[in-house]
Amino acid sequence: MDTDYAIIGGGVVGLSVAHGLAGLGRRVTVLDEGDNAFRASRGNFGLVWVQSKGLKAPTYARWTRKSATLWREFADDLAEGAGIDLSLHQHGGYDFHFSEQSLEDRVRTYEALKADLGGDYPYEVLGHNALKRMEPHIGPKVIAAILHHEDGHVNPLRLLRALATEAGRLGAKVRTGAKVATVQPDAGGFRISLENGHQIAAGRLVICAGLGAATLGPQLGFAAPVRPERGQVLITEKLAPLMNRPSSKVRQVDEGGVQIGDSHEDVGFDDGETLEITAQIARQATDTFPALGRARLVRSWGALRVLTPDGLPIYQQSTVHPGAFLVTCHSGITLAAVHSRLLPLWLEGRADAPDLETFSETRFAVSSAA
Amino acid sequence: MKPVSPFLRLHEPTATVRLTWEGEEIFAAPGDSLAAALLAAGVDTFRASPVSGAPRAPYCMMGTCFECLVNVDGRPAVQACMTEVRDGMVVRRQRGGAEVNDD
Repeated sequence: MDTDYAIIGGGVVGLSVAHGLAGLGRRVTVLDEGDNAFRASRGNFGLVWVQSKGLKAPTYARWTRKSATLWREFADDLAEGAGIDLSLHQHGGYDFHFSEQSLEDRVRTYEALKADLGGDYPYEVLGHNALKRMEPHIGPKVIAAILHHEDGHVNPLRLLRALATEAGRLGAKVRTGAKVATVQPDAGGFRISLENGHQIAAGRLVICAGLGAATLGPQLGFAAPVRPERGQVLITEKLAPLMNRPSSKVRQVDEGGVQIGDSHEDVGFDDGETLEITAQIARQATDTFPALGRARLVRSWGALRVLTPDGLPIYQQSTVHPGAFLVTCHSGITLAAVHSRLLPLWLEGRADAPDLETFSETRFAVSSAA
Repeated sequence: MKPVSPFLRLHEPTATVRLTWEGEEIFAAPGDSLAAALLAAGVDTFRASPVSGAPRAPYCMMGTCFECLVNVDGRPAVQACMTEVRDGMVVRRQRGGAEVNDD
């Protein structure tokens, strides 16, 4: 065997898993397609986010919160090992509301989840005046915000670099320009053939290939029901401090630029950007912080996120070819801490592994058979 | 003021445009980009990085890199390479990120 584990996909998800496995002393090889791939990591918003996740799935809400609570130590370890500060801030985050109705609807869903979580869901509603004291630049159209105290954000570019650096320091090999053509079981492990003609023999294999899972997964018995969802993102010039906490639609990154996003489009494999969506998300941001109307945009781009039918992650070992795993999710930044710290225990089949049964892809079996 | 600049003009200008940099008068040629005029006048630090405070100067000279930001007539974070010089322009170093105000 060339390696204990081959990880297909060198984005945030693949590198988080590789980092964790390398930390357990496993030999790990990460196979990354390269910059022509539809990288979901490119569409991330840098959030370590708890509120609104798992509203209808308390197990997912717990998994998300587990990651958020592990993030501080995870970031500190990466900073120490890789020498890269991730600028993690977990001082809460906002969900802004422009009407009483949307606020009431949202609070009702949060209260239901809070009950499911035994009353432990630390959020509060800030009316306009209370919000204005915390965020002096907030606009008059924002009637209220939900502040969830477990939310936060991080510098995702430095996260990716730190993961690659630290995984490498722990012995993992990261191969770029290594697009996988085929995967097949072979001699008690797996044989991976790259498009460039190289072959790799791995004891175990983890597909963290985002949308690529749809073609690689079925080769090893996975259904891998993932589809693309386009998100467009804008970023302004670097500005003096304008806001103190992030939201899922607008945040000021640690270096001063304001990132604006949160579009959801079903347009297939098209990661371009459009003026219509640019205008729509920019208007949403200036309705929230009117001063942004004076800021200049320096970049806009589109990226394809990875969605499962219910929006929750899939963690699945192949029933046909044990030793092959499928890992895919929508929130690779938030989940990076559990993907590095806990998921490797599950891959290793250890007794102290988290129970991930509810994230099995067999949950889709009924609907896909119908 | 005639500071030493590593940038030389191909032709001596036939007319001059007067502007100020950090309060000192400098001369440029009509049609100069502000970035070219400042470089020719020996200016080597256009701004300080809002992240590290490190000095910055033009890099791409074509509007892409945002390294050449300066304050022009009170307007922050103007791309000097994309701005033509004008008589009486008051140009200052950009310090920190641009302030955007509520009105």
